Amino acid sequence: MRNAETKSELSSRSQQDLFDYLLRLGDDRLVLGHRLSQWCGHGPILEEDLALTNISLDLIGQAKFLLELAGEVEGKNRSADDLAYLREAIDFRCLKLVEQPIGDYAYTIARQFLFDVYDYYQMEQLCDSKFEKLSAIAAKAVKEARYHLRHSRQWVLRLGDGTQESHRRIQTAFDEVWMYTGEMFEADDLEDRLLEEGLAADLRTIRTSWAALVHQTLVEATLTAPSDEQYMQSGSRKGFHSEYLGHVLSELQILPRSYPGAKW
Amino acid sequence: MEDANKLKEFEARIERGEKIEPKDWMPERYRTQLIRMISQHAHSEIVGMLPEGNWITRAPSLRRKMSLLAKVQDEAGHGLYLYCAAETLGVDRSELVGEFLSGKAKYSNIFNYPTLTWADIGAIGWLVDGAAIVNQTMLAKCSYGPYSRANLRICKEETFHKVQGYEIVCTMAQGRPAQRKMIQDAVNRWWWPSLMMFGPHDKNSPNSAELMKWKVKLFSNDDLRQRFVNLTVRQARAAGVTLPDPDLKYNPETDNWEFGEINWDEFWSVVRGNGPCNRDRMRARRRAHVEGAWVREAADAYAAKQRAKAAKSA
Amino acid sequence: MPECPNPKDTQWPIWEVFVQEKSGEPHQHAGSIHAPDSEMALQNARDIFARRGEAVSMWVVQSKHITATIPEDNPSFFEPAADKIYRHPQFYSVPRAKRTDEERRNKE
Repeated sequence: MRNAETKSELSSRSQQDLFDYLLRLGDDRLVLGHRLSQWCGHGPILEEDLALTNISLDLIGQAKFLLELAGEVEGKNRSADDLAYLREAIDFRCLKLVEQPIGDYAYTIARQFLFDVYDYYQMEQLCDSKFEKLSAIAAKAVKEARYHLRHSRQWVLRLGDGTQESHRRIQTAFDEVWMYTGEMFEADDLEDRLLEEGLAADLRTIRTSWAALVHQTLVEATLTAPSDEQYMQSGSRKGFHSEYLGHVLSELQILPRSYPGAKW
Repeated sequence: MEDANKLKEFEARIERGEKIEPKDWMPERYRTQLIRMISQHAHSEIVGMLPEGNWITRAPSLRRKMSLLAKVQDEAGHGLYLYCAAETLGVDRSELVGEFLSGKAKYSNIFNYPTLTWADIGAIGWLVDGAAIVNQTMLAKCSYGPYSRANLRICKEETFHKVQGYEIVCTMAQGRPAQRKMIQDAVNRWWWPSLMMFGPHDKNSPNSAELMKWKVKLFSNDDLRQRFVNLTVRQARAAGVTLPDPDLKYNPETDNWEFGEINWDEFWSVVRGNGPCNRDRMRARRRAHVEGAWVREAADAYAAKQRAKAAKSA
Repeated sequence: MPECPNPKDTQWPIWEVFVQEKSGEPHQHAGSIHAPDSEMALQNARDIFARRGEAVSMWVVQSKHITATIPEDNPSFFEPAADKIYRHPQFYSVPRAKRTDEERRNKE
């Protein structure tokens, strides 16, 4: 398929697939950005408060672009805000990984690192997507993702090889969050079809790169990688979420839901 | 005797409009007054993140969410610049933070009021940041170099804070009846505390004369307050909200908007800890500090290990 | 309300940040930050002093490694340089070199 610039060049099947795929990308970043924003004003030290907020802002910014594009692909006149503020939990396509509460700083960093590695490789591949509007978003996002990864990787090293307490906390965090990593790589028919057309990223190769960098970092941080043999959660991409998402949405959506159509 | 000469030279420098830099001679009193003022200013920025932070997860659009998040983040940055300015006077940030967390140091009273609706985010940006800008514009010209530079940077960044707040006020004031009610209610609640931000009347402000002599402050509390009122009356008209003061009236002779008496009993009561949120604010900051302790320690410990490794391999 | 345990614990060492705003311009002092080591100092400097895209390069140095003059140095350090007028071109008197006749003719 040649480069697709507008939705009219996409078959209606690809259009539906692409809409869903963009929701996956956008919702991950929206919900994780929302979670990170909860640290603003409560970080462990001022400098880190600013750093986490920068990452949160990057992710929400990316979500806005991705959801805008999703709305455009869908062709039903829905804006990024409509998609963020007026969908039910079952229509969200984010991972359970990003829905989990922020926990302690170790949990926030462990989850962030696992996502950042995924995000980075995903965006790197999407820079070559044949859907040009998506590759343009990825070209900007991959730079941000590279910095996010640098930040969280350095913190994994510091917490892992810092004090006994920090080591214990970050190890516990990785152990607890691990079962949410499986569904990052759950490729379904939809992603396979988009991959075939050169529109989506290849989760199989991302998984290989992800595992290598994650394991290398954990070893360097004197941590033990949890076993992949353990039970992995699944189904988020089909709308099967944790209970936390509903609570995130009840806060996020309160005003647009209470005053439909109002301008703020 | 030497000190008397040094003091004379110091005051002459200030008179000439020169900036005092960290290593320059300064009277002990100038140093302690500055540390007190700058650290209070820093604590205020940090506590100031909390009332607005309360609405970050509930902002009504992605655009509003990003603006608010960036604004609250700027406040952390401003606190940081200010702590660094205070540190040039020979104190450690850990000491200043310690004095704040133990309740010894003060911070701006305004942040002990609650944010009840989204309209409060508009009112704070417009009124509280508006008042802060009037004050900080003056402080950007103060005699102490590092404090002046910190305020200059703060003013540069803060211009968007007020505009984002004022935009919310204007949007809601032109919105639905429920929104108009919310915004007027927020303005009613934040107006008087904003006027209190400039501090007591000059006659009841013991430090003012000295601070003005040394050009730490260039205008009195009452002068700054008047400047703020004059600016804000026009903006209230343009936005379509009213200011909750029946005594507000224009005096053509002075070209000032005269306003009613501030409730100083309320002011002092909140200073003494009786505001609606004093305890919540302190609790939140202490919690962040206590729960962050192991993170700060871990980073120090890692750095020490890396240094030891480097020394060994050298 | 409960007391705050260890309110004065570590806030990390202080670093000075120098920012180059545009390519070709000098690095200028932007301010200070706290950080446990040089990598985090760079990251913190970036997160604090480049939030509005005002940097193309940054330096950080731990403040304690900076050696500075003290005001008492000023008379001997800086004032003697003020009267070295022979370091400035205005000190010298030379004739003004005009375009030569050949050059002028060539132009016509």
